[in-house]
Amino acid sequence: MTHEMNLAVNGTTYPLTVDVSRNLLSVLREEVGLTGTKQGCDDCECGACMVLVDGQPVNSCSYLAVQAGGREVTTIEGLGTADDMHPIQAKMLEAGGVQCGFCTPGMIMSAQALLSDNPNPSGEEIRIGLSGNLCRCTGYQKILQAITEAAVEIR
Amino acid sequence: MSDPTFTIATSVDDALAALANGARPIAGGSDLFVGARQGKAPLPESIIAIDRLAELATIEATSAGTRIGAMVNHATLMTDPTVVADFTAIADAAALVGSPATRNVGTIGGNVMNGSPAMDTGAPLVVLGATAHLQSQNGSRNVTLDELWIGPSRTSAAPDELCIGLDIPARPERSGSAYVRLEYRRAMEIAVVGAAAHVALDDSGNLAEVSVALTAVAPTILAVDGLDSLVGQSVDDSTLASVAERASEVATPISDLRASDAYRRHTVGVMARRAVDAAARRAQGEQIAVPVNRALGIGASA
Repeated sequence: MTHEMNLAVNGTTYPLTVDVSRNLLSVLREEVGLTGTKQGCDDCECGACMVLVDGQPVNSCSYLAVQAGGREVTTIEGLGTADDMHPIQAKMLEAGGVQCGFCTPGMIMSAQALLSDNPNPSGEEIRIGLSGNLCRCTGYQKILQAITEAAVEIR
Repeated sequence: MSDPTFTIATSVDDALAALANGARPIAGGSDLFVGARQGKAPLPESIIAIDRLAELATIEATSAGTRIGAMVNHATLMTDPTVVADFTAIADAAALVGSPATRNVGTIGGNVMNGSPAMDTGAPLVVLGATAHLQSQNGSRNVTLDELWIGPSRTSAAPDELCIGLDIPARPERSGSAYVRLEYRRAMEIAVVGAAAHVALDDSGNLAEVSVALTAVAPTILAVDGLDSLVGQSVDDSTLASVAERASEVATPISDLRASDAYRRHTVGVMARRAVDAAARRAQGEQIAVPVNRALGIGASA
């Protein structure tokens, strides 16, 4: 069955008619047209699809789009732009926390959730905050460095 | 995947009416969605979302103890002061579940009604004597978890019954609880095996009560019987060895990709021993941070 819903993404409300069985990830990418959120494992393991729903991290691959109706979804596009980057984005580039870039949006969304909740995290807390995100390029150290530096800048 | 109908419940009555009409409840939806994609079970034809029912997301004192609402998520369970202080094993378990995202959407009611024998929160609930409060349009009842879980992902709840919360009796004096698990990695992991323990000590520091339950070694979470002879004994190496031996004896694990049956049978004894040890230390007043796995270096190191 299709379901009519209002999906609020990055401050804009999109009236949509979607199949109930569709995940939030596919609706964001294919209906809303925001492709920053990535499909990795599509099985709730890798975190490439991470978005915020009402400020909290959610694996959008394993969350029905209709579950997000009436809630506020934030994707990587809602954080910053190429000209006006969010501090986490800027520090990720500066520290070399981006290589192939596929995990980067999800990684940054998890970091954003962490820093909103805990502006001064320890190294261990950053590791836990990013524990649902896999990166196969960087070895993580530069990502941890970027988040640590972004936390300082945001504070 | 089927194309279900979807409704958001605005009250418990609303949800109960939908269930009576054949709908199935969805909370965080991870188990449901991943299960459907893996072909385990198709999405139900009619879904009622219960995750916005704020009255089911509270932790409240009751005349008999505490009720943890079915929609309380793992992120809350691992930090809530009442859970951490009184039902520490649940906090230990919740902190090990998945990742921050999984812990944000996952609920204790979802765990209990999904009925996986590998659920981390199950063994803690069993040793703490929790019962599930189920409600339908025809009334409500409390069932023990032993009665509720009848097989892997199978419960004795009627299709029109909604889990409202978990009722946990008040804790005795000088008691503690703990949950530990064997894992290959720290995050996004499912227990290879696990064990929860509840311990109460008498005035001389000997065991007044001890209960142990095991994760992922039987078709359901398994309560370990035959520990009564340990009451009155001190929590020493010989007592802990008896716990390990009994846990391994009652376990009936399977072999799969993650571990062989023999490995599970052995290691669940080790986990049981560590859980009783940590629970006893907490009962003595020692502050062991949540989760025990990290505080005591059990499980994956990185």
